[in-house]
Amino acid sequence: MSLIKELDFGTPIRVSDKMVTLTIDGERVTVPEGTSVMAAAMQMGTKIPKLCATDSLEPFGSCRLCLVEIEGRRGTPASCTTPAEEGMVVRTQTEQLATLRKGVMELYISDHPLDCLTCSANGNCELQDAAGAVGLREVRYGYEGENHVFAKSKDGTDNVLYLGKDTSNPYFTYDPTKCIVCNRCVRACEEVQGTFALTISGRGFDSRVAAGPTDFLGSECVSCGACVQACPTATLMENLVIEHGQPEHSKVTTCAYCGVGCSFKAEMQGDKVVRMVPYKDGKANEGHSCVKGRFAWGYATHKDRITKPMIREKITDPWREVSWDEAISHAASEFKRIQSKYGRESLGAITSSRCTNEEVYLVQKLVRAGFRNNNVDTCARVCHSPTGYGLKTTLGTSAGTQDFKSVEKSDVIFVIGANPTDGHPVFASRMKKRIRKGARVIVADPRRIDMVKSPHVKADYHLQLKPGTNVALINAIAHVIVTEGLIDEDYVRERCDLADFELWARFVAEERNSPEASEQYTGVPAADVRGAARLYATGGNGAIFYGLGVTEHSQGSTTVMGMANIAMATGNIGREGVGVNPLRGQNNVQGSCDMGSFPHEFTGYRHVSDDATRDIFEKLWGVTLDAEQGLRIPNMLDEAVGGSFKGLYVQGEDIAQSDPNTQHVTAGLAAMECVVIQDLFLNETAKYAHVFLPGSSFLEKDGTFTNAERRINRVRQVMAPMSGKAEFQVTIDLARALGLEMNYGHPSEIMDEIALVTPTFAGVSYAKLEELGSVQWPCNEKAPLGTPLMHVDRFVRGKGKFMITEFVATEERTGPRFPLILTTGRILSQYNVGAQTRRTENSRWHEEDVLEIHPFDAESRGIKDGDLVALASRSGDISLRAEVSERMQPGVVYTTFHHASTGANVITTDFSDWATNCPEYKVTAVEVRRTNYYSQWQEKNREEDFSLRRIAGRLQDAAE
Amino acid sequence: MSQDTHDAHHDPAAAKAANVVKLGHMASQIADFFKSYPEEQAVPAIADHINQFWNRRMREDFLATYNSEHPDLPLLVRKAIAQIKPASPSI
Repeated sequence: MSLIKELDFGTPIRVSDKMVTLTIDGERVTVPEGTSVMAAAMQMGTKIPKLCATDSLEPFGSCRLCLVEIEGRRGTPASCTTPAEEGMVVRTQTEQLATLRKGVMELYISDHPLDCLTCSANGNCELQDAAGAVGLREVRYGYEGENHVFAKSKDGTDNVLYLGKDTSNPYFTYDPTKCIVCNRCVRACEEVQGTFALTISGRGFDSRVAAGPTDFLGSECVSCGACVQACPTATLMENLVIEHGQPEHSKVTTCAYCGVGCSFKAEMQGDKVVRMVPYKDGKANEGHSCVKGRFAWGYATHKDRITKPMIREKITDPWREVSWDEAISHAASEFKRIQSKYGRESLGAITSSRCTNEEVYLVQKLVRAGFRNNNVDTCARVCHSPTGYGLKTTLGTSAGTQDFKSVEKSDVIFVIGANPTDGHPVFASRMKKRIRKGARVIVADPRRIDMVKSPHVKADYHLQLKPGTNVALINAIAHVIVTEGLIDEDYVRERCDLADFELWARFVAEERNSPEASEQYTGVPAADVRGAARLYATGGNGAIFYGLGVTEHSQGSTTVMGMANIAMATGNIGREGVGVNPLRGQNNVQGSCDMGSFPHEFTGYRHVSDDATRDIFEKLWGVTLDAEQGLRIPNMLDEAVGGSFKGLYVQGEDIAQSDPNTQHVTAGLAAMECVVIQDLFLNETAKYAHVFLPGSSFLEKDGTFTNAERRINRVRQVMAPMSGKAEFQVTIDLARALGLEMNYGHPSEIMDEIALVTPTFAGVSYAKLEELGSVQWPCNEKAPLGTPLMHVDRFVRGKGKFMITEFVATEERTGPRFPLILTTGRILSQYNVGAQTRRTENSRWHEEDVLEIHPFDAESRGIKDGDLVALASRSGDISLRAEVSERMQPGVVYTTFHHASTGANVITTDFSDWATNCPEYKVTAVEVRRTNYYSQWQEKNREEDFSLRRIAGRLQDAAE
Repeated sequence: MSQDTHDAHHDPAAAKAANVVKLGHMASQIADFFKSYPEEQAVPAIADHINQFWNRRMREDFLATYNSEHPDLPLLVRKAIAQIKPASPSI
């Protein structure tokens, strides 16, 4: 194993149909038109010395080190800013060039510290490399003159040019003394991340990198790490490299946070991760990252990790650490006892969207073939299950239509119920890049999110609707498309079911669906809806991106279908730049659905009642399988409270914090006789558990994750499982203890079985993933290299199916007791239930959940910024701090659910999507008032953090 | 809903009753989606949805409580009841 280093071509590789051939140092090389001379030289292996150029950034031409001579041209042009031309004759090394480069280097070094041996960049410094490459042997200017290096002048007076280190960011340090003002950090912040937090202050010799008028932590900086990665010196450096030194080997793996699925190089010293660096050849992220994937992985070795199996009789008993054998056999004997006493259907399992495809596949197999029922569900139930239902009904496949790269061809970007800059930041950077090049933007969101207005982003329309009225809004847009003749008739005629289309067109054309009529529900001015509809329908390639603001409603599935309707009607599916694209929440939520985690479906979305499909599995597994679908998570909890559901195996999920109406969830858990938790930490759900099986972090396992673009990415083990047992092996052991034989020596063998039984995965293997890096399903004989774009010539279901999408207001209503609407979501630095991010320095950006409230609503309640307020709904009440914010609209309040102690889901209700039972997290009627107390639930929860988490023989500290 | 569910959390019989009410509510929600379709499409679609997604026990409990005359159910659900599959035998 060695350290993986991608080639740096110096400037971006251009895409062009036209090729040009030039001669560099006597050798001919052919490159796409628009490629720089520098990149052309690198293509043939000639590295022209450079400092300000790197191929993630546009050429800048400031360092004057990459000069070349070109026959027939005067002077020595910079090779980074000079495009290669047909017939050009270039020389990269001449006596003149050597003298010039040496002179430039000499000037750089005259204002740079010479502490190379003790410098954190030692071993990986481009400045040092460049000095070596040009043969710098002396610096004639000395170091005594004006400089940025020394705090004191020779005479002992303060050096006014000197700036000390900025250590405000918890993950990296800015050391101005090492800066060569190459602008790479500033350009990375602009071009790659799109935040524009950094600038160069001053001019000439006073030029400095600055995070605005403040330090890094206090600035607009989102800590994505792009600047640190771009820095050629030790000016911006990861703190862990400063502490431990340069890594010596690396492996490519996949981030375990959101559904973007970024590829990273885990850079190691032995079995210790020194840093995670985004991998340039990773197709989902192409070398970019966010604060979570880049920096917030320290939870993997956090002291709260539980690494020994534990059991207990009652949840009020202290946990007892036991051997793996004892824990597994205890769990198995309890499960057997429960089934013999309460029946075969009294057991179930929840698979994790954070675990690998292979691990998830084994858990659903354990349920179907071991428990002999279909009571398996996954946390997609509470996020994107309406996506699966809605897109399968209309288009024929339960997944997004595009790859991320497709957005580079979008002309109109329509963001509905998603907050990409916070939830999917790396993809948001791609979007913003496209927006800066001129794509138009429509945002439908109750809040004024950053996609509405932020540096170099301004939405043409912000449809600031009231929560719960998505369907009314989409119908109004459809109304405009139909009644103003904006239908792509040829497309619809060729590709869609015409009878369904006509039924739909007649429905949306009705006056009650007009923007004017629906304004009373949505609160969005009709003129804006009309303008947005026209823009989407006629503005070129229209791409819809959506998130949980669409799905987590009682009409979540209806909205998904509504979006598919307008995309089909305007011909916006089936080529680059268009589509209907869910932004998936968790790293493997797509994969966990693909792997047969739903109670009604086997892998590849085939219903359990389908005899032919069941036959495949029955033959392979050697057992008869139930033709009846099983229970979904909310149904499991209902049945548990009702007394007929008694045992649950939870793989890496925390339903007691993440699922709605906490008190109903915990009542269900408390009513069960055996709850088995497989997790990294003693999470909230584990308070109600009887068996704890230690899990492994993504750094400790081999496997695959499937991201929101259906891309199957490899996860590679870089350290041994801390519990001593691979996570997939734990499921195998449990299955065997229940009498179900499973034989897999390595996760690759599990993938081989998945490929064998799943037509859309038939061509997937670890060998292929090794060869191609990643692959997007369907991957089979018809598409051996995978499928970046779906529905290209025809829809997967045959004819596209328009569905009628009647607006039905949610039953969760505001009234005199609960006059405000609460909507929930997340923020950039924290992730989901926070089990991972709360155990990192990310909490510096977000230490607690706060309630965002509009100034009007705050003032009428006498609430000031920072006040403790009670938030009450029909389900329960909690207290948290208020943040008065104009991002909100009057009548709507917002909070996150990252902190277990806040208990945001105590407030949310049992209402759910009509088709999938996905909970309605986004609409809860609430009241807010000032208070001095934490709620009864919060006090009880705080007490139970101790009483239900004791471990025998260990001193107690707060585990969560 | 709060007071009912709080009682239901402690009393399985009350919880069971609350569950059946919830099933009726879920069926009505499904009907709300299909009500814009012509009745000859809506009725089988409602039954099909329940047949595809509700497990054995949910359908059993539902059919044990509700029939095509039940006043709490919307007309479309009542018409669909005849097409809801009874639980298939256990394996």
